[in-house]
Amino acid sequence: MAAPVISVRDLRVWYGTERGPVRAVDGVSFDVRAGETLGLVGESGCGKSTLGRGILGLLPTGSAVDGSVRFRDRELVGVKQSDMRETRGAELGLIFQEPMTRLDPLMRISEHFAETLRAHEPELSSAEIDARSIDTLRRMGIPPTRFRHYPHEFSGGMRQRIMIALALVLNPAFVVADEPTTALDVLVEAQILSILADLKRNFDTSLLLITHNLGIVAEACERVAVMYAGRIVEEGDARQVFSDPSHPYTRELLRSTISLSTTALHYIPGSPPDLVDPPSGCHFHPRCPSAMQVCSRLDPVEVRAASGQRVSCWLHGPDELIPPGGTAPLQRQELASADEA
Amino acid sequence: MASSGGSLRRYALTRLALVIPMVLILLTVVFLLMRVAPGDPIQAALGGKLSPAQLEEKRRAAGFTKPLIVQYVDYLKQVFSLNLGTAITDNQPITTVLKVNGAATLELSVAASIIALVIGVPIGLRAGRLRDSAFDAGGRLFGIITYAAPVFFVGLLFQLVFSKWLNWLPNSGMLSPIDQAELPTHTHLSVVDAIWDHNMSAFIDSLKHLAMPSFTLGLLLCGVVIRLIRTNLIQTLKGDYVEAARARGVPEHKVVMRHAFRNALVPVVTVMGLQAALLLSGAVLTEETFNWPGIGNQLVTYLNNRDYTAVQGIITIFALAVVFISLLIDFVNAAIDPRVRY
Amino acid sequence: MTAASIAEPGGESILDTPPPTNSRPRGPFGRLWQQVKQAQGFSKWLLWVGAAITAVFIVLAVFAPLIAPYGFDQYMSHGVRFAKQGSPNGTHWFGTNVRSVDVLSVVIYGSRTAIEVVVLAVVFSLFIGVPLGLISGYYGGWLDRILVLIMDALFAFPYLLLAIIIAFLLQNSVGSGVLTAAIAITVIYVPQYFRVVRGQVLSAREEPYVEAARALGARPRTIMGRYLFFNVIQSVPVIATLNAADAILTLAGLGFLGFGIQPTQAAEWGYELQRGVADMGAGLWWTSVFPGLAIVSLVTGLTLVGEGLNDVLNPVLRKRSGRRVVLPRRDAAATTLPTRQGDNRGRGEELA
Repeated sequence: MAAPVISVRDLRVWYGTERGPVRAVDGVSFDVRAGETLGLVGESGCGKSTLGRGILGLLPTGSAVDGSVRFRDRELVGVKQSDMRETRGAELGLIFQEPMTRLDPLMRISEHFAETLRAHEPELSSAEIDARSIDTLRRMGIPPTRFRHYPHEFSGGMRQRIMIALALVLNPAFVVADEPTTALDVLVEAQILSILADLKRNFDTSLLLITHNLGIVAEACERVAVMYAGRIVEEGDARQVFSDPSHPYTRELLRSTISLSTTALHYIPGSPPDLVDPPSGCHFHPRCPSAMQVCSRLDPVEVRAASGQRVSCWLHGPDELIPPGGTAPLQRQELASADEA
Repeated sequence: MASSGGSLRRYALTRLALVIPMVLILLTVVFLLMRVAPGDPIQAALGGKLSPAQLEEKRRAAGFTKPLIVQYVDYLKQVFSLNLGTAITDNQPITTVLKVNGAATLELSVAASIIALVIGVPIGLRAGRLRDSAFDAGGRLFGIITYAAPVFFVGLLFQLVFSKWLNWLPNSGMLSPIDQAELPTHTHLSVVDAIWDHNMSAFIDSLKHLAMPSFTLGLLLCGVVIRLIRTNLIQTLKGDYVEAARARGVPEHKVVMRHAFRNALVPVVTVMGLQAALLLSGAVLTEETFNWPGIGNQLVTYLNNRDYTAVQGIITIFALAVVFISLLIDFVNAAIDPRVRY
Repeated sequence: MTAASIAEPGGESILDTPPPTNSRPRGPFGRLWQQVKQAQGFSKWLLWVGAAITAVFIVLAVFAPLIAPYGFDQYMSHGVRFAKQGSPNGTHWFGTNVRSVDVLSVVIYGSRTAIEVVVLAVVFSLFIGVPLGLISGYYGGWLDRILVLIMDALFAFPYLLLAIIIAFLLQNSVGSGVLTAAIAITVIYVPQYFRVVRGQVLSAREEPYVEAARALGARPRTIMGRYLFFNVIQSVPVIATLNAADAILTLAGLGFLGFGIQPTQAAEWGYELQRGVADMGAGLWWTSVFPGLAIVSLVTGLTLVGEGLNDVLNPVLRKRSGRRVVLPRRDAAATTLPTRQGDNRGRGEELA
């Protein structure tokens, strides 16, 4: 198996608010290998966007990061901002959710490319810059005639393709795509997804695809990580996880998706927890249909499930760590009150 | 898709068409202000100096005996034929006042604006970037105090320090009498005239005279520049495209200057255009403080002589200047922001 | 245009984002007070220093006859005429001016004049500007268009010139006292209230609760008076404070140019500065420096209050919540995949 391009270990990203620190990312670990796509799914507000930005070191002032992010044997956590800047763009790319506002309205598309290329390869000539930019744009289906146009002259789908071209023009080894299709309509979504699928073929790029859309993961990702309240609760082969989910949250999430065969809508009762003051033990226990006594008291321990994926759930043990009587079902009134709130 | 040059021209034409109602409204306001005033302008200006028959003659000549609506139409006709009337008290055509005194006001305003930008832009930029730092707090306080100090008070303090105590700079006026007599007037802008004439001593003299008035007025404007740039930079620094540029590894100084600052300029320029009112008001006070022979100074003289015709002419000039500046600002914005042009 | 929707000479772009209008606070200024109490850091400092300075001047204004050693136009005491342009000394702390009047008394009485004029002007412009803005914004149509044109024209016009002309024209009929000055200043500020209130009404008009009221058949007067007014009025304190500061400067400007309040009517700082121009040339600084400092202090005080309020009320400018976070130390946990140890923070201990 190829060595991981990026490997995240026990990463924590907390940021400050009036009410106290928000534990947006709270001890997350995963690897992404060369040419591989890892899907990161979860409800909005579970910390998945913060995780993506945390890897690139793009966080609001005042936030605190620890743990480890290794990119090709280089540690990225705690690196000076100026060194991080050189890595961003050239080796780590980021594709955003809302393409409409991500391009500077006062700059031509050509200027965006020139600026990006010059920031990392100052020795390039203008002709080389134009050639490389136009070539990347063409691969995204943007004709060279539009090269010197302004952002407002493009549609949302085209702008997203331009953003992807901007992220790829420097050929980064690892790209975070943060809900790249959420703001776009379905036809454009399919187009963008096929572009992303081509990435690893043409550029051999590793991709962290953040989304709340499980269909996209099934279509585009080899592996999937499910995030809940700042933690990854389950991670493994995408097909395996979807066909045989180990964590109750993953199961509920899959049941909530709408498909053609859906006859009644399913939803997970309660609402995502407050990350300033998350529930004790397993963060999911107030909403979990299979919650046990131990779940509200102890943080779950990650184990490898029989089917091969990593999962953090007491249902999967390790049994020797569960205190006596811990497996008794949790009192249901807690769930009821959480539901009301 | 149309080339940007063509659309800029189209934009300019539409924008020019929109100016006409604005001009009409302003002229109507000026006219109403001057005519609803109680009292007889001719009587006020010349009463006691002329016989009743002569006064009546003057009244008829000035058109004050006609019905109000006719006077209004006459006034509009006059303005559109670029005739602003003639002062009652000293028989000077107001267009001459515009040429001579207007040049002095222009020189003062341009110099003050340059000073305001040179001081204000860097402070505003730094304050916006280092938000809530000691520098930001200091910059804001500086802005508040320069705004809170009346121009004439700052001017008086400058006069006391640099003219009376240190004796570095002339107290008032635009040129020393000797240079005034020698320097031929090409443009009525003393600095430009001195350069035109290759007259070094007159050039230095004119700069010395310009220093205190332009600094006084410049400080007033600079407070506005600082707060505008700071506020708008804080907003654009939160922009999505700023984060996107950072994510591409664009160096921070380029992120600030090219993305945040340039986008902040659009609202800044717009609001600065509205501050033309502040500039012109400040200019009147500065001119009065330093006895600068500008148009505001002249206006105060005519007001004190109760010369309604001259006052109306000068107010009309100010109204047209406001329209001109707002037009200019829109063109500047169109040049910065491609979206405006469509 | 994204930012900086209004720009009065004194203010920065305030109220780009109208305050949230979904909750009805206790009283129209209930939420304002709540937010003022929550002010922090520099904004809090701005607010309280500004309020303290302003309070000093209000005390001076109200108790001027008790505080000032002499009257505002008194040039002799006990049959002895004061020195003309006497320098500061034990009896006349701030010296005397060219009219032999005690400068300290002029400065103290000047605050009374300034505050009288400003209160009148702000009240007048509120009473004219706010209803006009409400009606114009709510009804729209040709009335709105005409009002907007006129107000924009007045707004764009150099405000001091406008005030001069009004004061000049009123001199004959009303005289040159506090009322004339207040009216002249009112004309300048009406367009500002009009613009802000109209803008707020335009956005509030589309709010669901207003639409609901309309759908229920509430009369326009009820909607404007009960629903729109209380929401729109939230933005007024900031503008009113900043305008008050600006009004002091305009009043002084009028006085300096000779179109303000005459010295026989009341003491006025701007007029004193005009008389001080000649003194300054002769090096007699005290006749103008003290009134000048009074202007600077009061305007600074009011501006600080306005800026502080603006910081507190405008969510865009409010300090980000970016508090520094210090991560709690965790036990040296082995961080190797795939068999990561139990995450022993906190409650993990109970287990062992």
